[in-house]
Amino acid sequence: MAKRIDVSGLSAYYGPFRAIEDISMTVEPRSVTAFIGPSGCGKSTFLRTLNRMHEVTPGGRVEGKVMLDAEDLYGTGVDPVTVRREVGMVFQRPNPFPTMSVYDNVAAGLRLNGSYKKSQLDDVVEKSLRGANLWNEVKDRLNKPGSGLSGGQQQRLCIARAIAVEPKVLLMDEPCSALDPISTLAIEDLIGELKQRFTIVIVTHNMQQAARVSDRTAFFNLAAVGQPGRLIEIDDTERIFSNPSVQATEDYISGRFG
Amino acid sequence: MDTTQITDAPPPSPRPPVLVPGRAARAATRPGDRVFLGLARGSGIFLLLVMAAIAVFLTWRAAAAISEDEGNFLTTFEWNTAGTEPVFGIAVLAYGTVVSSVIAMLIAVPIAVAIALFLTHYAPRRLSGPIAYVIDLLAAVPSIVYGLWGALILVPHMNGLFGWLDDYLGWTGVFDWEGGPARSMLTVGILLAVMILPIITNVSREVFRQVPRMHEEAALALGATRWEVIRMAVLPFGRSGVISASMLGLGRALGETMAVATVLSPDFLIHGSLLNPGGGTFAQNIASKFGEADEFGRDALIASGLVLFVITLLVNGAARAIIARRKEYSGANA
Repeated sequence: MAKRIDVSGLSAYYGPFRAIEDISMTVEPRSVTAFIGPSGCGKSTFLRTLNRMHEVTPGGRVEGKVMLDAEDLYGTGVDPVTVRREVGMVFQRPNPFPTMSVYDNVAAGLRLNGSYKKSQLDDVVEKSLRGANLWNEVKDRLNKPGSGLSGGQQQRLCIARAIAVEPKVLLMDEPCSALDPISTLAIEDLIGELKQRFTIVIVTHNMQQAARVSDRTAFFNLAAVGQPGRLIEIDDTERIFSNPSVQATEDYISGRFG
Repeated sequence: MDTTQITDAPPPSPRPPVLVPGRAARAATRPGDRVFLGLARGSGIFLLLVMAAIAVFLTWRAAAAISEDEGNFLTTFEWNTAGTEPVFGIAVLAYGTVVSSVIAMLIAVPIAVAIALFLTHYAPRRLSGPIAYVIDLLAAVPSIVYGLWGALILVPHMNGLFGWLDDYLGWTGVFDWEGGPARSMLTVGILLAVMILPIITNVSREVFRQVPRMHEEAALALGATRWEVIRMAVLPFGRSGVISASMLGLGRALGETMAVATVLSPDFLIHGSLLNPGGGTFAQNIASKFGEADEFGRDALIASGLVLFVITLLVNGAARAIIARRKEYSGANA
């Protein structure tokens, strides 16, 4: 089930450019950790190092260590494909496969992992869609294209697709930034439910959202444009939003910059 | 998002526009829009007119010839338009055209798709640029040069392959070889495959390059390998584009003239074997006979051209139907 993430001394590069520098933190299992910070501070880049998606970008390179319980994600001989099956991801823009039905979208990850009986797939699809609070809305159109759903439904479909393979960790990269307030609320409620089963890390530009959904909050910042982003502090969300230990955090949260 | 209740009164609805009877129903248009609309509509209509003119011309001349045909135009294995009792039919030509094009497609489409995938998803950028350039060059070679290459190089070098096919698959009849020169349908098909490879590759490459990054990342994040990303995100998204690309290639294969005329050793028989020389295609037959044909002979050749025209229309229609059948899954609505 859910696993602990332990990052130490992690830097990530785009070619020669160092995007984030020397980040260390621990993410507890069955909790929600929010990453906040101004644009370009590297929070999305850091998120993508946690499931080895960063290195997919041309020139992308990572130094440092990410432990998932006892497993070193960047250890020699570790296959990134296996890592991504353990650490799921939801993206900023809803991206269901346009060529697949609702059903096939949810089943896509399972079909990668091997062959299942139709009844097994049916069960997982229903369970995942229920888990994503989408079942009641789509149960009558499982065979319709996933791209025909509304934006909020598509994003919940993507969450269903991600949790269908039972990952240990769920990464969310600004999952609500393309959604209206009602859909956002639905996703936030869902995050509260999902944290019973998964370790969740969410990047958000919306500080109220971080305050509402997360247990811990990490604040990232960069000294200047062209400088690498750094982790300024990570603490309990309540403390970050009431009494942060670093002045820059306070300034950001109170809206003095960013 | 803040969850506090919004208690403000709704904004007053804008006043409905006042309608002036007679004039207000038509929206104001700008000169630029009108000019562009005229140009776009005019081009569309012009295209339809050209197609209609071609069809009318072909049908008119063809009808004149077919009415004089002493044989059955569709089933006769003969092309004799000289005497007072002309006998000609397109059976052999239709068979040869379709068979050589099908062979070309069977060979070219998988290779073209593989090259396009390699260029877009596997090759380092340093390599993909030059390779794409070389493939573009293939498209620039004139078809008579392909024909000469086919007749002088390809035909003599087919003996090894033909012998092998005859040894192992000769019993099927389709690959039976009597040892004649390799100026046969299979050689023509292979040559056509080389000729249509660049267009299919180029169009497929463009399509594969336009697969949204976010769909590939969605597959990657589920733990897909590179091949699985291609299978889940790239190929389904590019499917209709690859079909269109294949249709462009098929159009060229169906109508290819000089290369076929140079390589094939034609006769007016349908050969069960793809390896024995003989057969013919519409375009090749027109090119070979047009020079010596009298007025009536030309009309007969035009009649065969009309059949090729109809075959091309049917093939294109079928392709469009295939694309339209899964339109809602095309990815265009993503």
